[in-house]
Formats: sequence, structure tokens, C-alpha cells
Amino acid sequence: MNTPRRSLLLGLGGAMVAGRSRLALAQGPAGDRRLVVVLLRGALDGLAAVAPYGDADFAALRGRHAPPEPGQEGGTLDLGGFFGLHPALPKLHALYRADQAMVLHAIAGPWRSRSHFEAQDFLECGATQRLSDGWLNRALATLPPEPPGAARRGLALGIDVPLLLRGPARVGSFASRNRTRLNTPLLAALARLHRTDPQLGPAFAEGLRARGFSAAVLAGQEPPPPGTGSFASLAGSAGRLLADPRGPRVAALELGGWDTHATQAPRLIGELRALDEGLDALRLGLGEAWSQTAVLVMTEFGRTARINGTQGTDHGTAGVAFLLGGAVRGGRVLADWPGVAPGRLFENRDLAPTLDLRRVVKGLLAEHLGLNAAALLRAFPNSRDADPLPGLLTEPA
Amino acid sequence: MTPLAAHAAIRFGLGNRPEAQLPADPRAWLTGQISPLPEAPGPSLAEAFAAQRQRQRDPTSQAVSDLFRTEALAWSTRMITTTAPFAERWANFWTNHLTTSRRAGQATVMLGHYQRLAIRAHAFGRFEDMLLAAYRHPAMLFYLDQSGSIGPSSPAGQRARRGLNENLARECMELHTVTPAAGYSQEDVTTLARLLTGWSVGRGAPANEPEGFLFRARAHEPGDKILLGRTFPEGEEGGAEALRFLAGHPATHHALALKLARHFVADAPPAPAVARIEAALRDSGGDLAAAARAVVAAPEARAPLRKLRSGQDYAIAVLRALGLGDEGAPMLLGTLARLNQPLWTAPAPIGWSDEASEWAAPEQLMRRLDWASEIAGRTAAAGVIEPEPLGEVLLGPLARAETMAAARRAGSVREGLLLLLASPEAQRR
Repeated sequence: MNTPRRSLLLGLGGAMVAGRSRLALAQGPAGDRRLVVVLLRGALDGLAAVAPYGDADFAALRGRHAPPEPGQEGGTLDLGGFFGLHPALPKLHALYRADQAMVLHAIAGPWRSRSHFEAQDFLECGATQRLSDGWLNRALATLPPEPPGAARRGLALGIDVPLLLRGPARVGSFASRNRTRLNTPLLAALARLHRTDPQLGPAFAEGLRARGFSAAVLAGQEPPPPGTGSFASLAGSAGRLLADPRGPRVAALELGGWDTHATQAPRLIGELRALDEGLDALRLGLGEAWSQTAVLVMTEFGRTARINGTQGTDHGTAGVAFLLGGAVRGGRVLADWPGVAPGRLFENRDLAPTLDLRRVVKGLLAEHLGLNAAALLRAFPNSRDADPLPGLLTEPA
Repeated sequence: MTPLAAHAAIRFGLGNRPEAQLPADPRAWLTGQISPLPEAPGPSLAEAFAAQRQRQRDPTSQAVSDLFRTEALAWSTRMITTTAPFAERWANFWTNHLTTSRRAGQATVMLGHYQRLAIRAHAFGRFEDMLLAAYRHPAMLFYLDQSGSIGPSSPAGQRARRGLNENLARECMELHTVTPAAGYSQEDVTTLARLLTGWSVGRGAPANEPEGFLFRARAHEPGDKILLGRTFPEGEEGGAEALRFLAGHPATHHALALKLARHFVADAPPAPAVARIEAALRDSGGDLAAAARAVVAAPEARAPLRKLRSGQDYAIAVLRALGLGDEGAPMLLGTLARLNQPLWTAPAPIGWSDEASEWAAPEQLMRRLDWASEIAGRTAAAGVIEPEPLGEVLLGPLARAETMAAARRAGSVREGLLLLLASPEAQRR
């Protein structure tokens, strides 16, 4: 049975977003609101993170790679009867149940590039061509100057300022003292490149082992050692910095390791768990300010609908994004579900995009930071075809 | 860039730069660099001594460390940006051969001057001239304690009841010239030490020749001396003659040829390569330019690149491949410290090792990985270069298909760059 193309607004509360067209246009910045953007570099598989178990074609599509349905052992966490959240995201699920997290599915930017490098640049600069600055920075540049004595409004977490936050507005940056965290798949790839070298191979493997990345960890058979997940500590720091009354208000951080071309299922567990713990650390760090916070989690594109020959997925088109925080009208999956029957896939391989990511971001910037229409067009040039999506927040600015 | 030209730049140079146009004839490109290097500017010895005096008067003075940093940054900039990378590598080889080190505090302030004027200025001259320039330079006289060595029978020795310090003489024979393969005895070491008594540091006397050197006749051990069966006269000239004799000794030519072949060709260098370099030294009377021509001509040097880069060579190669300029110099210095090879700070007179066993250590590789990860992040964030072009510049003919494929397929520019920077190929030269 084919699931007809239909609008799904599924949630425990069942609230509908449609019809709520009150667009907040530029009453000025909402001074205490916090916005955090988490970049998932490498393309998260949306169908693995949020499985459409209610779509009758899904089981056929993914076969034994489809996760058990909610309620079964190791099953997904139910999101209202059609979608199930990956079981490695329990804290995100709790937020969803508390109406503080929203899932956006079959979402994609306007680009159709399947190159990580190109698509990440597009994702960050907010255009289908490469620009030298990012949409989040341009959005910051439209806001009035910070009050005297306050920190710069924008904050980059990690050693580098991502393209997303580069541009005319000056931003702060923060990096923890911890060693740079390298994700397990990347370390495994490096170990593979070294393996055939009789001098460097054993030394490299031993160096990794001494840091807790044994062969079994690299193969995804055992979890990485505790304490290597500096994403959670960085996210916690981000929360505490944002909680400061005179601190920054807008932050960006990133997490890699999503490029699961092979043995996707075991690899995703560790990465999703790191994301789940990081988002929770962010929430705890924010404390009371969580109620004024919106967190957007996004990736450059989705992955192929079908599993490839190495138990993984390849570069695709539409995927999933998350919006969470105390300011978010959550407990819902926002999706115009295209279905996954063979005829419904984009180019017969990818989940078809039915929601433009720019609409979500523009809606967020309008309702949360109070950007007006002109400011939104500065952040997203040539985006008149992508109206801001209303109703994302409990109390729009 | 032809594979052979890239090969030459990696094996003999300091790694490629993105804008470098290597000529079609790599041999000509290399031999074209075999000529005296233009003088590198920097602080004078007088300024170095002044900084040292200031520091002695005021222990909180930064004069010494400031001057060292000026020299170190200038060296770093040269390494990252030079268009004569083989010539600079060659000079670095000899700096390491005739090691001086910050481990001797008094030498610190003049290590840059030593590298520029005692070593680099003689890099394509005669080995005996380099050896004499090094041994008359206060950095070496301090580092190997020669400035305090006094002939027991000299007037100064008779009065001060102080005596020989054999350190420089021992390292001269063991490391710098004939090596133990020549079969010398402890008696020979002591004799060389006697020959060199009086060789000391001349502070603030610009009339000294060369500047910074002073022969203290009152500390010189009197009488003729017999070294390895040869008689050398009393006086400053006796020491110089002995050093020239050792510099031109067949055992020295063999030891230098072996070390050069180990550095540029292979950890276990093929005997024919060693023999040709040795012959070039012998036939030219120790001309280092002739040795350099023999090194680059060695057919063994066209074999696959299997040498492991030292931490210094690795860091320089990465920064060059990323096309950095002088802004990369402070980073290079910090990186050398992180990779356990801080500039001009060798732990012992033997200098830094040239063999893979020293550099293929697990922690060394992890430190390179950490650093590469940071560099990859900065480079990706700045949008400087994408993985594929970096791979061509950094790895050249070393690049394996699987490494390039992994970099192209990586989940982000950062990860793609990291896979190249931390690849096993990037460790080779």
C-alpha cells in the first residue's frame, strides 16, 4: 500500500501550525532570546534518525535495516504514531514529549548538490552559490549594536569560526582546553590508511589504542571511551556562556561523523548519542534561559533512501532537522511527507524534499530574533520564493 | 607539476608550495640551488652579547628570549617561503650535524647567528671552513664547554689549577669528523683537547678575527702534539691545522657520505650511493657543493619515497603545502615544540635523529594528528584550499589512490584535509 502524499503534522499534542500566519516583522531584537545552531557535518541520514515506520513502504525500502517499531525491543521512540525517533536520542525524545522539541522531515536547502564541501558551504552561506560570509552572521549584522559592557552577540564554539558565523558582524569564539575531538569513523579511516604501512601502521594503531580507540572501538563494536566526547562539554560551555545575562545570545557549534557510507547502524549509535548528550548539556548549561532558547540542528543533505552494498547510505537529498528549546512550540513533526515508494523518491534514490530549510530558518529569525522582511533578505539573498514559516515558537517576538 | 619534479621537491626540498612552478628538469632545479646562499639578515653578535649582558644585570630582562625569537621567526619564515628549499634543507642538515642547542643557556642568544653565519654561509663551501667557523663561534664554544678548557701546563692552568675540558674534542672526533670507525684512542681525544686549549669567546672585541672568537694564548697548552700519528705545532694554528686534518680525513669523508645518504636517500643507505658521495668529497677536497651534486645525482634517490619526516620536516611541509607566508612562522615554532623538536634545542650533541625508528613513535604520530586536526579546521574555516588540490601539492607522487579517494569522499572539507595531512604519505619524504 502506498502512502498517499499528505501533510503530516503529527504530535502528541496534535497541534496544527497552519493558519497561524502572524509574521513578526521587526519590532526590534528580542534581547534575551537565545539562538543556537548545531551543524551536523557529513550528512545525517534522516530516515535512520527519524524513521517513518507508519509509511507502509518504509519496511520494504530498508528491509532488515529498518529499526524495530516503537514498543519493541530496541525499537524507535514514538513521535505520535507515524515517525519513530532513533533510540540513541532518548533525551531529545523527552524534550519532544515535553513539547520542547520539533522534528522537521523531508527538509532540504534549495541546492541539489551532493558534494559535502559544496553543500556545507551553501548551508552556511544561505545561498546556492558560494558567498564569503554566513547567513547567521548577516542576520546578526542587522541587529542593533550590543549594549555597553555586554559580550559580542555572536559566539563560535570550537577552535574555528565556521563560515556560518563569518562576515561583517564581529563575533566571539570559545574553545575548550580539551584535545580536539576526532570522531570514531574518521579515526577508523585514518587507521585504515595507515594499516598497510609496516612502520607507521602499528605505531598509529598503538597511539590510538592508548587514547582509548582500540580496534574494536574503531570497528564500532565497542563504544568510544568516556570523556572523549568533548561535544557535550563544548555544548555545556555554550549553554553557560549563553546563560550569562551579559553574555552572547547566538551561538554555533558543529559535530561531524555523519558520513555513514558503510556499516551505518552501529556507527550512528555513538554519534547520535553524542548529539543527544550534547543537546542535553546545552539545556542544562542554559538553566533558566532555556525557556528563551531555540536550537536548530541541521545537516547539509540527507542520504540515499536505500541501503547500499556496504550496509551504509550514500549522499542524498532531503533529510531531517530538529528545532528544540523552551521557546519552541514542540511536540510535533512538521512534514509534508512525500512517501518512500519507488515512484516517489527524488531521482529514484533520495527522500524527496518538500520543505525548504530556508523557510524554517527565516521563520526562526523572524519570530525569535525579530528580523524584518528586509533583514531576512539580507540573511538569505534571493529567497523571495521561501516564505518564513510561521508558528515555530510559543511566543513569537 | 611532473611527478619527478614533485618527487625532488619532497625528497630534497622542504615540500611543495601551491604556487611553485617546478621546472621540467628537476635535476637542473636542484643543482641550480647549489651555490652560496644569499646572506640571511639578523642581529649581530655584538647585539647578542649586549642582550646577554642586559640579562645578567637584570634577571627579568626579556632581551635574550626576544633576540632568540627574532632569529627563530626569521628562520621559520625562510623555511615556509623559500624558493631554494633544497639549499635550506642542506643548511639544516649541517646545522644538525654540528649541533648547538638551547640546552646550554649561554649559547641561546647566538644560535640564530651561528646557524646563519657559521653554517649556512658555508653550506656549499668546504667542510673544513664550516668546521672551523663553527668551532670559532661562541655558540659552539659555549655549548661544548670549550671556552673553559685550559691547558694544565699553560700559565693560566698553572695559576688557576684548572684544566682540560675534553667535551668539544670528544664530540669533534666522535660526531663531527672521523667517528669511532677511524679507531682513535682516548689519548687522541686528550691530544685534540690540548690542541684546542685557548680557543675561547671574545666578548665585545670587534677587532677579534673572526668576531666573537678569542685565542687566549695564556690558556694554551705548550709544546708540539701528536694526533693520529701526526705532529701539530703549538699555538692557535696548531688547533686549526688539526681540525683541517680531521675534516679532510678519509674516515670523515666516509662518515659524512654515510650521514648524507641516510638523510636524503634511505635509513639504510645503499653502499654505491655512499661510495659516490664519499668519492665526491675526497676528489674535491671536501667541497660540500660537490657532495651536494653527488647526492642529487644518486640514482638511488629516485627510488620510492620511504624516508620518514622528522617533526620539523613534517610541520614545514604542511605549512608550505597550505601556501602560508610569514604569518605561519609563529605557528611553526609552536608546532615544533608540540612535536617534541623545538628549534635549536636538540637534547644532545648528536642532534636530532634521522631514522624512522625515532619518529614512528605512537605519541609522536598522535601529536601530529592533533596538530593536523587543528590546522585542517582552521584551513577549512578560512576556505583556503580544498582536499583535492591540497593532496596534489602536499603528497605529489606519494599520494595513493585510496588516500585521495578518502579525502574526496570525506564528510567535510575539514575531514578531507585532515585525512591528507595525517595520512601516512604526508609523513614521508
